[in-house]
Amino acid sequence: MSAKIDVAIIGGGVVGSAVARELSRFRLNICVLEKELDVCNGVSGRNTGLLHSGILNKKNMLRTECCMEGNKEFEQVAQELDVPFRRCGKLIVGFGEEERGRLEKLYKQGMENGVPGIRMINAAEIKRLDPNVDGEFAIHVPSAGILCPFTYTIALAENAVQNGVKYCFDCEVTGISRNEQGDFSLETKQGKMTARWVINCAGLYAYKISEMLGFGKYQPSRVKGEYEILDKKAGKYLSLPVYPTPNEYGAFDIHVTPTIDGNVLVGPTIEHIGEGIDYAATQSMIEVLEKQGSKMFRYVKRDYYIRNYVGVFPTVEDPETHEEMDFRIETKESVPCAVNVVGINSPGLTSALPIARRVIAKIRQSEALTMNEKFNPVRRGMVKFSQKNEEEKRRLIAQNPDYGEIYCRCECVTKAEVKAAVHNILGVTTVSGIKYRTRATMGRCQGGYCETRLTQLIQQELGKKKEEILLNKPEAYMFTGEVK
Amino acid sequence: MEQRDVVIIGGGPAGLAAAVKLKEKEINDILIIERERQLGGILRQCIHDGFGLTRFGETLSGPEYSQRFIDEVETLGIDFITNATVIDLTGDKIVTVATRDGLLQVQAKTVILAMGCRERTRGALAIPGTRPSGIYNAGVAQSYINLFNTMVGKEVIIMGSGDIGLIMARRLTLEGAHVKAVFEVLPYPSGLPRNIEQCLHDYDIPLYLSHSVIEIKGNERIEGVRVAEVGTDLKPIPGTEKDFSCDTLILSVGLIPENELSLAAGAVLDERTKGAFVDENFQTNVPGIFAAGNVLHVHDLVDFVSLEAEALAEGAAQYLKRGYLEACDIPVETDAKIGHVIPQRISGKKNFRMSMRVRKPTGKCRIEVRQGEHLIKSVPLPKALPAEMIQFEVEADQILPNGKIEVSVYEK
Repeated sequence: MSAKIDVAIIGGGVVGSAVARELSRFRLNICVLEKELDVCNGVSGRNTGLLHSGILNKKNMLRTECCMEGNKEFEQVAQELDVPFRRCGKLIVGFGEEERGRLEKLYKQGMENGVPGIRMINAAEIKRLDPNVDGEFAIHVPSAGILCPFTYTIALAENAVQNGVKYCFDCEVTGISRNEQGDFSLETKQGKMTARWVINCAGLYAYKISEMLGFGKYQPSRVKGEYEILDKKAGKYLSLPVYPTPNEYGAFDIHVTPTIDGNVLVGPTIEHIGEGIDYAATQSMIEVLEKQGSKMFRYVKRDYYIRNYVGVFPTVEDPETHEEMDFRIETKESVPCAVNVVGINSPGLTSALPIARRVIAKIRQSEALTMNEKFNPVRRGMVKFSQKNEEEKRRLIAQNPDYGEIYCRCECVTKAEVKAAVHNILGVTTVSGIKYRTRATMGRCQGGYCETRLTQLIQQELGKKKEEILLNKPEAYMFTGEVK
Repeated sequence: MEQRDVVIIGGGPAGLAAAVKLKEKEINDILIIERERQLGGILRQCIHDGFGLTRFGETLSGPEYSQRFIDEVETLGIDFITNATVIDLTGDKIVTVATRDGLLQVQAKTVILAMGCRERTRGALAIPGTRPSGIYNAGVAQSYINLFNTMVGKEVIIMGSGDIGLIMARRLTLEGAHVKAVFEVLPYPSGLPRNIEQCLHDYDIPLYLSHSVIEIKGNERIEGVRVAEVGTDLKPIPGTEKDFSCDTLILSVGLIPENELSLAAGAVLDERTKGAFVDENFQTNVPGIFAAGNVLHVHDLVDFVSLEAEALAEGAAQYLKRGYLEACDIPVETDAKIGHVIPQRISGKKNFRMSMRVRKPTGKCRIEVRQGEHLIKSVPLPKALPAEMIQFEVEADQILPNGKIEVSVYEK
């Protein structure tokens, strides 16, 4: 690949994809360089899927400002990008006088930040909101919501691609230098690339890219969090996210969060792991989740477990204070034509588009951008058979018989949806890629029924050999070949 | 809306046997609904032999066994549709089916639940470690190899000694893979003795009892597992950890009856079997909805699935003719040594077959069926294994009109 690009965005997570989508409003040749085989494979895909309200962050921080802005506009964003989302509110519950004191402090912070509609409520009001939630008192945060981080990131990326952005997967950036013209020369796994601008949205690896670009060193001080996913059978007993009162350091213990698709997430645990990246679930944390989680929600039971996952949150230290750094969106005179985005952990999902706009504002400080007249902010998501009423189901099958063939019985995903996912416009061909786009294999049988169908269809539709079918990474092959 | 006397959900061994038997009882308006492209259910992928010794008196492969029933279904002209998935079932017995020809709705007078079971997964067990590729449930691996001609790996570890895992140990070996070991968390095998013999011993595959996989390693494809010995509490014993490299992990850690549709219809499930509560007619708490086979309780042999479904046909036929069945108010309960019992309720007016499993391997023993002081039946057994289902007839003339029935095991 040798074509010169105007803007190279490093990282195809929710922030990189939001930057890509927002930049596609302008006439630029944009390329997103993603080291994995799909978007949303790092921090963006390993979190709680919450649309944060802004109550948890201190006033006058960039993360608070971005979060509030992102929260407020999400109805419009969800509509434009066809992303399911529910402003279900959130409860932060407490017991006893000590917790009441801490909750009142948090409530005050929320009021200062201007979080709309927050209220201290009593036990009876908690029960009215959700009879399965226990607490002597709580802060009710009506502006909080839930969304699927995969669907959202995919939607941003697809809308970017519709508006001319190119995504390069399996394209880790290993070195950055300048050529004679002063443009960036990027060493990647896919070869050399030249770009006028570089935007660092590398999430967990942003500290590395930051150093390569010349923005200096940020020390990762990461937090690992383990989660458990519960069956939809448990999901029907939880209508909104429930957090315990933060501890004296302001950190939250295990919480329970319904997902937009009807499951329940239990977690995360909190473990400081420094510089490392470790996605292995541990017996001790699985036990903590069970013990702490069941205190929050009585349906945290083994019978309802369908999967666990681990997130690593990309906290970095502030070089001056050595405290956890705020979001940082920076340019530097000695590093022209680059924007460095570091320290984006929670609430990064909520803040992605506000961050993107601030990145663009930085670019426009040194370069005039021409509007892309053809930009279309509207992206349509995949038709979800399971969510249609009977009449619509009939119509879909009449239009395309593939809708009459159920591939994933747990999530009621049809062949038509799987086929559409196999031919997604980002060109992702992994089994996990199909999963995140359709929910096939995400149910209680975990692909026991549908996985053979998915892998068959990938072979048929894309002409791939058995050995070429990948779960989610270049070496994550599914099969060793034909039976002899 | 289409009307049917009987809708059978699932065209596997239970559904097919029920259909044939119902037809023999002159119930003619039957529809079998099968989600796969062919009838036969899970037997299609069970190409090993050992099926049919009880039902047919000879040993058959899975496809041969199911073909006997399929042939009868075809000869008898019983209606069936394939590539058709039931997506909803109501308590009023309206069955909604997705097919390529459209969304079919059928009003049934009786519904036979014959959906079988699914495999317990890694996620349900919450096995620690990473989430690489190369981890397969035994049945999924069997499907890949036998139905899709697809080889799943070369260096294999098997977790759990369920029958499908044992069968796959042999199958993978025959296909050139190296099966390094089978680890079973319990102090005794979960699978049948004959499978331990024919699938492991005959191929020198070691079986480690009281061992469990405690961590999965590898970031892309699985690279290995950490295994530990477990104590009587089934918890790993510190200091006994060992690492095994592998590129494939096969899980054979239990089956769960597939009852999502049963629940949608309002059937109440038994926590122990994970199947519906049924009476001696195999009727669930929803009148006119019956269940048999692995959807009701996980069986050891397919022969017993067929026999159970055939027994179900009598009650279902009677329900169709009369519109109701005798009230079954006598509960059947078990002691702690018995995992579960089918049926859970009886009328006391009819002979019935009782099915159960013991929780732990037991030597010479007797099973007693009692109503208080009154002994209904005592069945001596040379031994009892959790892997093997125990079944026997209970005669109505021994049953008192009132009082719960209790089933207990007494070791000699």
